Amino acid sequence: MAWEYIAEGVAGALRLVLSGNPELFDIAFRSIRVSGIAAMLAAIIGIPIGVVMGLSRFRGRSLVKSVFNAMLGIPTVVMGLILYLFLAPAGPLGSLGLLYTEMGISFGQMLLILPIVVSFTASSIESVEGEIRDLVLTLGAGRLQAMIKTVEEAISGIILSVIAAFNRAIAELGIALMVGGNIFVRGGEMNTRVLTTSIQMYVARGEIEFAIALGTVLLAIVFAVTALSNYLQRKWVSL
Amino acid sequence: MIELSGVSKRYGEVEALRNVNLGIKGGEVFAVVGNSGAGKTTLLRVISMLETDFSGKYVFRGIDARSNPEKVRRRVTMVFQNPVMFRTSVFDNVAYGLRIRGINGSELEERVEKVLEFLGILDLADKNARKLSGGEKQRVAIARALVIDADVYALDEPTANLDAENVRIIESAIKEMRKRGKTIVLATHNLFQARRLSDRTAYMENGEIVEVGETKKLFESPEDERTRRFIEGDLYL
Ligand SMILES: Nc1ncnc2c1ncn2[C@@H]1O[C@H](COP(=O)(O)OP(=O)(O)OP(=O)(O)O)[C@@H](O)[C@H]1O
Ligand SMILES: [Mg+2]
Repeated sequence: MAWEYIAEGVAGALRLVLSGNPELFDIAFRSIRVSGIAAMLAAIIGIPIGVVMGLSRFRGRSLVKSVFNAMLGIPTVVMGLILYLFLAPAGPLGSLGLLYTEMGISFGQMLLILPIVVSFTASSIESVEGEIRDLVLTLGAGRLQAMIKTVEEAISGIILSVIAAFNRAIAELGIALMVGGNIFVRGGEMNTRVLTTSIQMYVARGEIEFAIALGTVLLAIVFAVTALSNYLQRKWVSL
Repeated sequence: MIELSGVSKRYGEVEALRNVNLGIKGGEVFAVVGNSGAGKTTLLRVISMLETDFSGKYVFRGIDARSNPEKVRRRVTMVFQNPVMFRTSVFDNVAYGLRIRGINGSELEERVEKVLEFLGILDLADKNARKLSGGEKQRVAIARALVIDADVYALDEPTANLDAENVRIIESAIKEMRKRGKTIVLATHNLFQARRLSDRTAYMENGEIVEVGETKKLFESPEDERTRRFIEGDLYL
């Protein structure tokens, strides 16, 4: 009996995925788009910060590093709440009009995953920094050339950090829910419903088939991205 | 070529170099021998200006090294005790020093292939450098230094842990470099190697240069008791 209930849900979900349900794909593509933009923004902002932290020896560097490390574990609901307070019409960033928009979710997720990109970039730089710097300098490179080569040697770790960041973004619920609001109007332009928020909603409503179908799609995306990351890692480790 | 006077270098509590006074002439092979921890690597790092935070004076070809570190680094190249490979092919590893000097195209290709051939690793050119054996990596490291045609080569234990064939190839490369007028500073545990290759030898202990002399003379009739003990211990025990 108990298992039948799950089996029916899975069978229904399979039908939904295989029939190419347009709502389901609309939501999945929005998730990928929103978190992809978040990962891109986090890369654009986070990689330079991580590179500077990995390469330089300024005072207070370890403090900055521990702040970013601490932010790695921030609960997404707390992040969602803080962002809501800032982005709400009466909040300090209310005038940006980001609340309940796709861009708002991307912005929030970008902040969430920024510490991942910064910390991992800094550690990949640090892991090659000492010996590569010495080698490059003794081969006659200037400071700038030494920095470029160090970043080049660390590039695999940097790319992997962006992939890991994307996975964290697409799988989080708190920010998408509080900043995005799970808005969905058929054919609407302002929709903000993503995979995680819709799974939460369908479970709450008892529409278990749709929830399982969406959950499967989310898992498939995360697995595919992880597989890509493992593949790249294997390729680079051997390189 | 190289004049060190009163050079000392500390790592926290450890005095890795104590008041080193040393002159190395252009075109000679200068061996630095001594036990582990004596300061050989540190001395080579100072000579190569990878260590810039030392006290005392270092004059390289008449210029003050400390105020011209990049100039010195362009003329002095160090090959490390443990070879570090870039994550690229053997060819690109060796080509790096030329590329940063703005050399490209057929000149680059010719020069890289010539040194690869010289060290017997031309057939490895397209291989991933990180996947080579220890001996092959060491040969790539030497090729990478040779290709840039520096004046001084600081070689740190270039044949440690290598088999006889690799030792032979590397030692003949060093002899060839000497013929071409290169100055070589060779740190080694291996007294036989110092004897085979060097014109002069310095014996180091606890960061100090105990004795410097013509290699033959230093080995046959060392003046300092500590040098004698080291040489006898190593050669006859
Ligand atoms: N980066 C460093 N930080 C702290 N101490 C160091 C560092 N490098 C060297 N030392 C210390 O300085 C002393 C001299 O070291 P060095 O590596 O020059 O010796 P070495 O003669 O090259 O030894 P080996 O034959 O084992 O290579 C040692 O006591 C070592 O522990
Ligand atoms: Mg050493």
